[in-house]
Amino acid sequence: MNSLPKLFIGFFIAFATAWVGLVVVPFLTLGQLQAEVDEDTGELKPPGFGGLAEQGAKVYAAQGCMYCHSQQIRPEYAGSDIARGWGVRRTVPRDYINEKPVFLGTMRTGPDLTNIGRRQPSAEWHHQHLYAPQIISKGSTMPPFKFLYEKRKITGQRSVDAFEVPGYDLEEGYEIVPSQDAKALVAYLLELNRSYSLEESPVE
Amino acid sequence: MSTAVDTITATSPGVPDHQENAAAVALRIEIDRSCKLPVLLFFGASVFWLLMGSVFGFLASWKLHNPGFLADLSFLSFGVIRTAHLNSVAYGWASPAAIGVAIWLMARLSRVPLRNSAILIVAAIFWNIGLIVGIGGILSGDSMSIEWMEMPGYATPLLFISFALISIWAVIMFRYRRPGHVYVSQWYILAALFWFPWLYGTANIIMHGLEVSGVSIAATNWWYGHNVLGLWFTPIGLAAAYYFIPKVIGRPVHSYYLSAIGFWTLALFYSWNGMHHLIGGPFPAWLITASVVASFMMIIPVVVTAINHHMTMKGYFHLLEVSPTLRFVVFGAMAYTVVSMQGVSMAVRSLNQLTHFTHYTIGHSHLGLYAFFTMIMFGSMYYIVPRLVGSEWKSASMIKWHFWLSAYGILTMVGALTVAGLAQGGVLNDPEIPFMKSVEITLPWLFSRSIAGIVLTIAHVIFAVHFTMMLLGMGRKDGIPTYFTQDNTTPEASVRP
Repeated sequence: MNSLPKLFIGFFIAFATAWVGLVVVPFLTLGQLQAEVDEDTGELKPPGFGGLAEQGAKVYAAQGCMYCHSQQIRPEYAGSDIARGWGVRRTVPRDYINEKPVFLGTMRTGPDLTNIGRRQPSAEWHHQHLYAPQIISKGSTMPPFKFLYEKRKITGQRSVDAFEVPGYDLEEGYEIVPSQDAKALVAYLLELNRSYSLEESPVE
Repeated sequence: MSTAVDTITATSPGVPDHQENAAAVALRIEIDRSCKLPVLLFFGASVFWLLMGSVFGFLASWKLHNPGFLADLSFLSFGVIRTAHLNSVAYGWASPAAIGVAIWLMARLSRVPLRNSAILIVAAIFWNIGLIVGIGGILSGDSMSIEWMEMPGYATPLLFISFALISIWAVIMFRYRRPGHVYVSQWYILAALFWFPWLYGTANIIMHGLEVSGVSIAATNWWYGHNVLGLWFTPIGLAAAYYFIPKVIGRPVHSYYLSAIGFWTLALFYSWNGMHHLIGGPFPAWLITASVVASFMMIIPVVVTAINHHMTMKGYFHLLEVSPTLRFVVFGAMAYTVVSMQGVSMAVRSLNQLTHFTHYTIGHSHLGLYAFFTMIMFGSMYYIVPRLVGSEWKSASMIKWHFWLSAYGILTMVGALTVAGLAQGGVLNDPEIPFMKSVEITLPWLFSRSIAGIVLTIAHVIFAVHFTMMLLGMGRKDGIPTYFTQDNTTPEASVRP
């Protein structure tokens, strides 16, 4: 094995087999998946994200939420995800066809968010929680995202977006309002709901 | 080792430098001199990014148990600073260190002075501009949030161009090598320099260039993420171990055939490993199973390499007391065996169920990238740098401090993360226990990890100061290598002309 061409043929074969198996074939097969159409209502499953939620996914990426939160439900035999109430069924490739990148995640420093929009449907709760996680969720080590909010002096009328955080000591005459990024992020979180039934992974 | 046909054995491992004839010595000096600028450029950059990465890593670690710490600035938020840490150490420290070592080894093993060094200098400049742009992009909110591929699309082409230049250079070097035996280290280096641009190019085109979506992106992600370790860092780390262990102790590697088996089985199996990061995830069963099986097969190259290195070292372990290079490299080679066998075990589905989604995996990756790879790079630099700058490391005790702080630091860190991960996994697997318990139970261990991070950072500062002293010509000029003990019987180049 002393000649360059012979060595390179070896390098190539070793590498190319896995490349075909793990990259090319998944693209050719999983890349073709379409949304399932509900026979009764004509709704698409998965429904896809709205415009604001798509912006929110970018905030989710920029802030690196996926380094602590997964978005995948393993089947009952492979983990306690369903028993914990994080999902009603395992997630399958079709659930993610609209997503780029895919925030499956590999870490659960925080809970799984596959269905957080269903488990916690209140926008106000999410804003409060993002602003002061340790107040809203005792014992949490989530970083506060105060920089996505503005604390400002109330001049004239209160902002329609302003919210209060119970237990948070806010100076008199001030209000907390979400930035566009915070609104988008919460819109995204509220649309995270993969609890519809799919042919290959029905809700029992 | 078939050195019989070589009139010049100067640069082969297994022949300590001081036993060479005059012509060989002259050639070796010429080779080392020709490597000086490009190799020091890569090493210098890598040491700088190591310090940056250490600071980022410390901040990220501290935030995991003190979330309020420096929380008011978006670029210091955990998800951002953690990503900056990973990219600084993987692409700023580990890769340039690997490239520097690979350049020097290629020249030594090709037995010719460096050719076309301008290519390498341009590559080093591109690489560092790419890093500044890429990590700056991450800090300013442009992270892709794809693990190991977070750099935004406007930075990755710079890194790709840089790497392609290095690969082209390596092929040129290999073409013009002096005829004779091709040593196993050269296979590893050539293979790594061939694989990485393909890996990096394909993955980045898919992520940034193509209109694709869905879980096949995650498959490509982990094909890439695992192969960066398996087919880039690992081959360079092993190439260095295969070179320096025989070189320092002055005997040939135990078995040529074992090195060949180790190399080709690694190439064949490692490349299939990636999907074991996705066990239980939304993928067809065959995809995951293929990777689980390939992960088990990794036992072959790992055991073969471990036996080969152990048999080479047998009877020479006392030299760990003497040679800094040997101590770092052997530590790394042993860690390679441990981390690889741990990796195999983590692909067992029942154990994976406990360790998946926990700090255990983070411990595993530090065991690989630090205890194995980084320690071997430190050892290599302790050997290479004096030969480039023409003076000796100033202080044996600084090297000693560096070694022990690094060794204890990384073992504490991996230990803490391992315990944290097992505790966390145990809680997560029991749906009766509230989730928050899985957070609470890890806190003391995460704090220990932060302390270990401080210890490692101190080690890095000591090394950086020592390295800078060498660059500034503040090394010792007496030509006597810096050993831990004053034992002049060590075969490692006792006198340098």
